Amino acid sequence: MKVKVLCRNPDDYVRETTKDIQRVPRNYDPSLHPFEVPREYTRALNATKLERVFAKPFLASLDGHRDGVNCMAKHPKSLSTLLSGSCDGEVKVWNLTKRECVRTLQAHEGFVRGMCPRFCGTSFFTVGDDKTIKQWKMEAPGYGEEEEPLNTILGKAVYTGIDHHWKEGVFATCGQQVDIWDEQRSSPIRSFTWGVDSFSCVRFNPVEAELLASCASDRSIVLYDMREATPLKKVVMKLRSNTLCWNPMEAFNFTCANEDYNLYTFDMRNLDTPVTVHMDHVSAVLDVDYSPTGREFVSASFDKSIRIFPKDKGHSREVYHTKRMQHVICVKWSSDNKYILSGSDEMNIRLWKANASEKLGVLSPREKAALNYSQKLKEKFQHHPQIRRIARHRHLPKAIYSQGKELRVMKEARRRKERNVRKHSKPGSVPVVTEKEKHVVTVVK
Amino acid sequence: MAAPEDVGMKRAHVGKKKIATKRYWDSAEKGEKEDGDKEQKEEERKKHPDGEMPGLEKKRKMKEAGEKKVISGKEDPFPGPAPIPKEKLKKFQRGEKTKLSSETSGRLKETLSRSEKASDLAQTQAARYDLLLPEDAGFLEGDEGEDTCTIAQEDIADAVDITSGAKYFNLVLSQFGPYRLDYTRTGRHLLLGGRRGHVACMDWQSKQLMCEMNVMETVNDVKWLHTEAMFAVAQKKWLYIYDSNGIELHCIRKFNDVLRLQFLPYHFLLATASTTGFLQYLDVSVGKEVAAICTKAGRLDVMAQNPQNAVIYLGHPTGTVTLWSPNQREPLVKMLCHRGGVRSIAVDKTGTYMVTSGLDRKLKVFDIRAFQPLQSYFLPAGASCLSLSQRGLLGASTGNIVQVYQDVWGTPVKKPYMAHRVRGSVWGAQFCPFEDVLGVGHAEGFTSMIVPGAGEPNFDGLDANPYRSVKQRQEWEVKALLEKIQPELIGLDPGQLGEVDRASWEQRHQDKVQALGFDPLAKEKFTPRLKTKGRSSSGKVEKRKKQVAHQDQRELIRQTVEEKVEKEKEKKREKSKTDQRSALDRFRK
Repeated sequence: MKVKVLCRNPDDYVRETTKDIQRVPRNYDPSLHPFEVPREYTRALNATKLERVFAKPFLASLDGHRDGVNCMAKHPKSLSTLLSGSCDGEVKVWNLTKRECVRTLQAHEGFVRGMCPRFCGTSFFTVGDDKTIKQWKMEAPGYGEEEEPLNTILGKAVYTGIDHHWKEGVFATCGQQVDIWDEQRSSPIRSFTWGVDSFSCVRFNPVEAELLASCASDRSIVLYDMREATPLKKVVMKLRSNTLCWNPMEAFNFTCANEDYNLYTFDMRNLDTPVTVHMDHVSAVLDVDYSPTGREFVSASFDKSIRIFPKDKGHSREVYHTKRMQHVICVKWSSDNKYILSGSDEMNIRLWKANASEKLGVLSPREKAALNYSQKLKEKFQHHPQIRRIARHRHLPKAIYSQGKELRVMKEARRRKERNVRKHSKPGSVPVVTEKEKHVVTVVK
Repeated sequence: MAAPEDVGMKRAHVGKKKIATKRYWDSAEKGEKEDGDKEQKEEERKKHPDGEMPGLEKKRKMKEAGEKKVISGKEDPFPGPAPIPKEKLKKFQRGEKTKLSSETSGRLKETLSRSEKASDLAQTQAARYDLLLPEDAGFLEGDEGEDTCTIAQEDIADAVDITSGAKYFNLVLSQFGPYRLDYTRTGRHLLLGGRRGHVACMDWQSKQLMCEMNVMETVNDVKWLHTEAMFAVAQKKWLYIYDSNGIELHCIRKFNDVLRLQFLPYHFLLATASTTGFLQYLDVSVGKEVAAICTKAGRLDVMAQNPQNAVIYLGHPTGTVTLWSPNQREPLVKMLCHRGGVRSIAVDKTGTYMVTSGLDRKLKVFDIRAFQPLQSYFLPAGASCLSLSQRGLLGASTGNIVQVYQDVWGTPVKKPYMAHRVRGSVWGAQFCPFEDVLGVGHAEGFTSMIVPGAGEPNFDGLDANPYRSVKQRQEWEVKALLEKIQPELIGLDPGQLGEVDRASWEQRHQDKVQALGFDPLAKEKFTPRLKTKGRSSSGKVEKRKKQVAHQDQRELIRQTVEEKVEKEKEKKREKSKTDQRSALDRFRK
């Protein structure tokens, strides 16, 4: 007779001393792990619920301005530095890690209309209602020194925006015309006009560094090449665009924030129809900024909320609001892709997490692994109705909620009317116009 | 005194003959050596006139094979990763590979191929890990001409080591029998319930008694709950829950006259079958009754669960076996298995096979994925208690004899693998998980018998760990409660949730309506406008309504007629294409 009976030596399965970690022998045989899918589903459901539980995006409010925050600028080299300009002409420099103001300077009389740092981060430019462009040192003046601009240029008309070239000592301003300036000179090296209207925003392309785009108050977006004497082309839309932002990764795309509550992503090469129409805001969109990865952007709106859109989706993935936040005028996405900054009418700058449920700080490897696992599970089961419902749910202020509902009703009524008109007119005389085509009036070259 | 001299001599001797170890800087010597080498090489070259040298050849071959030399210069005798047997790979395969049609878009193709690659990697890694598992399963082989079923338990206990030998033991409890029993999922703890009220639980390997009591009532069945801290006892009238010290935690009055208990560990559900024909589910994590199903099948004293999909199997005196889930008032499946009543049911670990025994003295094996009979055996006395081990051994008891069969679903079995006679008639039998032990409860007490090759040799430490500490158990309990599966997910196919839901047209339409905010296909109801001067009399209104209705109808008819005409034309065109008369066509009718 030959016999062998299972007999385990407990020493192989129990830790030697109480200081050791426990031994966990594994056996991945699927028959020892029944209900694989239902258990994973339950885990995914729990992870989704926890994500909503931990979705607390609001981090801090930076107060100190004595009027509404009109513009902001990120420091190109330092993550913890933020510049902000307010409606009373004051510029503040903030330290975001300490969440305090480190420097205040009275830059202009009247509004600070725009500001931008130099690409090297040693100085920054501001434009204001007092028709001046001023260049300031990034460092605070030493003890006993006067706070004085490095350089002041007195212009003829009010400037409404400014942007600096990404590599060279050249910057562009906009007002009644778009001017290109050399840092060394006190008069513009080039001026562009197309029509007689004023411009609200100008932005340099981050990759094709000679290209720039601007938003004009005659409802158009104009593209320029700095090397040429005349503008390249423009697209005229139904309503005015307030600001635009280039996608830093796919720099042929830009997104503009429009007065008609929508944002439009355009391909620079084909301006006839926008690539995507981003709808969700219920009031005019005032500012837009891309994340450094170029996959998402954040928009600020007059409806007292900010929203985060994936660059290729028509609807937002996230909406941030607080009871105290008023009309949001400017918004920035931090260069480490982790934070969002919004400046609003009621004199505060707010710091938000870009990913609402993200845990801040250093994660242990096990935490990281667990997060990755739950992220994958959420992805795997994202289309199950229960999970989708929980993941999509957002609380909205009553005003925004009811306004959104009203807009939907209006849209539906318009659609119905159009359909009826089409039904009762000669076939082909009322063509079907898609949502994308609707908002573009014409393209001029 | 000679030794030191010797040493000296040796040293001198060695010193003389010692060749200085070569360094890279003494070039002269090296040059000499190289010269010598060159000469040798010349000779070799002469030997191989085609200019190829054996060393070079070897090197090239090695390069071709992709071998790597280790630092010592020896070749790796087993280059590359260890090969994995195919059956091992198959064991870890989950589902079929997706077949990509030519129409699938580029991005989808990429995503699918990436996920496929990841799952392939996981599969091979799991299979490779399987090669490293520390324990092997037990076995029993007779000598030539010796039947394994004639080998007595005492002989086995003698032949094996002391710890294993101690696993064969008898508890003589003749007063309160016959006994039912239950092992915990880790296999460490044993719960005994005597018909006349004796309930005892113990750590059976160390023979430590945790509690013992008499509930002074008939005990129908006992069952451990998710841990060894709590167990349920079906007593004469109500269902009771005790903790491991024997303290009564709950008396559940919603569950009366319970005969059989089953615990679904991943759902935290206690399923009970009663004399009144009710199948009830109790959620033990929140203490709520999940479902009470009236099976309308009379007394329910045969019950089993499918560990793969948590479906409850009930056997009936009519010879049918019914499958139940808490979500449906009717059985999921009803199958006629025996000509007489069903005496016992057992379902194997993988949820593939079901073994039933009936009053017709037959033992039948079914494939419960296809619901097909596989084998049918005739046992002269019939089997009363069936139990399947983790490795597929079948324990069947007839009267006071316990027989163990091997591989009942494969080739037809002629004789049992093992047999053992206990003192009283058998009342309950269960294989102990992760051990080669079959526990038998009978009229005279309890017998633990050794069945080599019954238990799964390698347990998973995160699922059911026999050696877990209290802390580990607590952690496991929290994790298990967090991922408790909802009872709504119990169904015949547990993997259904992970499959593609080919949504019906209605569902897709509903989604579209939700996304758009309106129904693109909805037809508006026609409401006639109010007109003055008697043109809105009910007759006129009716007439207008009819007009509109007719218009719509006409439109529809016109469309269908147009389609029909188009189809006819298409047909004719097709026909004219193929319509080349051949000489044989004249014979065509």
